[in-house]
Amino acid sequence: MGNEEAVFFSRVLTELTLSFHIIYATIGVGIPLMIMIAQWVGIKKQDEHYILLARRWTRGYVITVAVGVVTGTAIGLQLSLLWPNFMQLAGNVIALPLFMETFAFFFEAIFLGIYIYTWDRFENQKKHLLLLIPVALGASFSAVFITIVNAFMNAPQGFDVVNGQLVDVSPILAMFNPAMPTKVAHVVVTAYMTSAFVLAAIGAFRLLKGSNHIYHKKALFLTMKLGFVFSVSTTLLGDFSGKYLAEYQPEKLAAAEWHFETGKGVPLILYGVLENGEVKYALKIPFALSILAHEVPNAEVIGLDQFPKDEVPPLYIHYLFDTMVTIGMWMTVLSLLYIIGTWRQWRFVLSQWFRWLLVLGGPLSILAIEAGWWLDEVGRQPWVLRGILRTKDAATTSGQVDLMLVLFAGLYLVLGVGSVVVLWRMFRKNTVEQELADRASEKAGDAL
Amino acid sequence: MTLEIIGISALGLFLFGYIIIASIDFGAGFFNAYSTITAKQHILTKIIQRYLSPVWEVTNVFLVFFFVGMVGFFPKTAYYYGTTLLVPASIAIILLAIRGAYYAFTTYGGLKHKRYTILYGLTGLLIPAALSSVLTISEGGFVTMENSAPVLDYWALFTSPLSWSIVVLSLTAVLYISAVFLTWYAHHANDEAATNLLRRYSLSWAGPAIITATGIIFEMRTHNPEHYQRLVDLWWLFGLSVLFFVGTVYLIWTRRAYGLAFGLLVGQFALAFLAYGASHYPYLLYPYLTLYDSFTNKSMALALIVAFIAGLGLLLPSLYLLLKLFLFNKEYVQGNRNDEHA
Repeated sequence: MGNEEAVFFSRVLTELTLSFHIIYATIGVGIPLMIMIAQWVGIKKQDEHYILLARRWTRGYVITVAVGVVTGTAIGLQLSLLWPNFMQLAGNVIALPLFMETFAFFFEAIFLGIYIYTWDRFENQKKHLLLLIPVALGASFSAVFITIVNAFMNAPQGFDVVNGQLVDVSPILAMFNPAMPTKVAHVVVTAYMTSAFVLAAIGAFRLLKGSNHIYHKKALFLTMKLGFVFSVSTTLLGDFSGKYLAEYQPEKLAAAEWHFETGKGVPLILYGVLENGEVKYALKIPFALSILAHEVPNAEVIGLDQFPKDEVPPLYIHYLFDTMVTIGMWMTVLSLLYIIGTWRQWRFVLSQWFRWLLVLGGPLSILAIEAGWWLDEVGRQPWVLRGILRTKDAATTSGQVDLMLVLFAGLYLVLGVGSVVVLWRMFRKNTVEQELADRASEKAGDAL
Repeated sequence: MTLEIIGISALGLFLFGYIIIASIDFGAGFFNAYSTITAKQHILTKIIQRYLSPVWEVTNVFLVFFFVGMVGFFPKTAYYYGTTLLVPASIAIILLAIRGAYYAFTTYGGLKHKRYTILYGLTGLLIPAALSSVLTISEGGFVTMENSAPVLDYWALFTSPLSWSIVVLSLTAVLYISAVFLTWYAHHANDEAATNLLRRYSLSWAGPAIITATGIIFEMRTHNPEHYQRLVDLWWLFGLSVLFFVGTVYLIWTRRAYGLAFGLLVGQFALAFLAYGASHYPYLLYPYLTLYDSFTNKSMALALIVAFIAGLGLLLPSLYLLLKLFLFNKEYVQGNRNDEHA
């Protein structure tokens, strides 16, 4: 295998692993918080339904977390196996957050083990809820630390290269790089948002499929409210991300926006297609890119003309940007409509077609997460470490990457199918109605 | 004590932790599968499930911790081992992934099938075999430099008696460690039938474990004379380790103090591990990579050590809580409390 092939297959395998892992990782970061909120509401309101909600979510969460753990192990090792040159360099500067992530993950793993086996151990439910705090903290901090590493790849700092040698390394400075605040906040909040909408989709689906139980209505309303809150925060953070990009990674912003020539008062291009270097059928919002980048309608935004050709990311990232932003906006509007509609008792919120839209929101949110990560990774090309190390120089020289790609694709298929089948069977066999009835009779038994 | 030594000691600690905990886990899976085939499932399954359930996820973390720490403290290992280990490490990850995920699927998802139990047992043997190849490779003789990039000679690896002996050692050690621990655990749970069966397993795997371990030391004489000499220089550590081994076997044979027996076993492996590690010094990969030329910069090393200490401060109490609630909770171990998962 020539080295170009090794680079190509390494990229495909990394992309495959990340795309698969990020589904489970995102859910894994967000769901503990949702469980915590549901259990807390249940304890506050003394409402059995919310407690059961937390309990059932936990059961599903255990399955997704298992897949997240093992694929996370895979990506952790693949970084060294596929990108040895990158990790050798990165290990010197950004190993600290990677190392801390394992602690966060450890912390989460221990308490998750305790939490799931102690549902019936405490008289006081609040004590049990306390055990969930380290789980949620560990999950969120895992995301924080890993995203710091990714931020570093976009805006490396905290070291100098003199004669090919790394000098003056500052691990703390490397962690607190300019990309870090916006990126970390964006990743964590969108994980909460996505988890809320995925759980909402499940509730909506049950309501569509015959069950009219108040349990599902409570679940749907709670998750839609949470989803709305987090999607509004995401919009705000998106604005900050734009400003960060304009300042530190202008080529990424310009490529995502198809902004070719540096100029003032630049419009924001949404949608459209690129034909022979011309933008067609696009929606142009006047001055919006200048505002996004610098808050001033007449501000100057650097275009792609300022960069050498071999340092410009692929232009198709515009479509990824469109996908991500559109879904984000759509979910904000949808959740707002649902909340207001429920308060004001608008009838269409209860209609079949509206519920189908809510169901669709789950997969759409996941798609937005995928698009966002592809945008981030492809938008950084041709660099693996922006301005320092090119992707093509970072890959392994090993000749068996294509074979490994096949093996891992098989693994993800097995895990993906397995987890879906197991989740499906788990909840179909044990319906909410049945479980509530079981609990009621159990309680009656206790009382006797 | 230099920073290099502190770094490798921290990693060694976690690697050793992984070896013990994962061995228990792998062996338990194997015994469980074996008992399914030999229709003794009713004796073992309960006790094994009760142990494994709350700790399975923790096992994996020890491994992740080790390799992330390795790249942190010794970034050059990412280059040398990353390039050469693509195939064996990928196979190990895939097996670990299937094993971990299907454990959760069967335990929490109600996916119960004999097929999975047997698959789970088999991965428990294949994973240590795949992982142990790292140890073999580190002895040198399998990696050559071509165009200044390290290349692994698979043919040499697969035909080397040393690599097969190490594979056999990893298997016997896994089964021995696991059997001794589970004997104690079953006894702790007042489960006499399981204790007797596991005691028999312990005794039958003790011999093979010590024989393969000794065999490898002699094979080293021809494979890596430099390492062999250093091993021989540390004979007293190995001698002490053998004494511990004798103690474990004696206690189990006479059905006494299973807890102490397991403690001695941990001591035996700790001493052997320490002696092996110390004799490997200063090489991480013969003859290309030493602790010193692969070490990270000083500021990163200090940061990692601080993070390590702070992390331990968080982890040790949590691990203690986990053990207290499940492993050392008599009510739980004996199955008296009905702690069903979520």
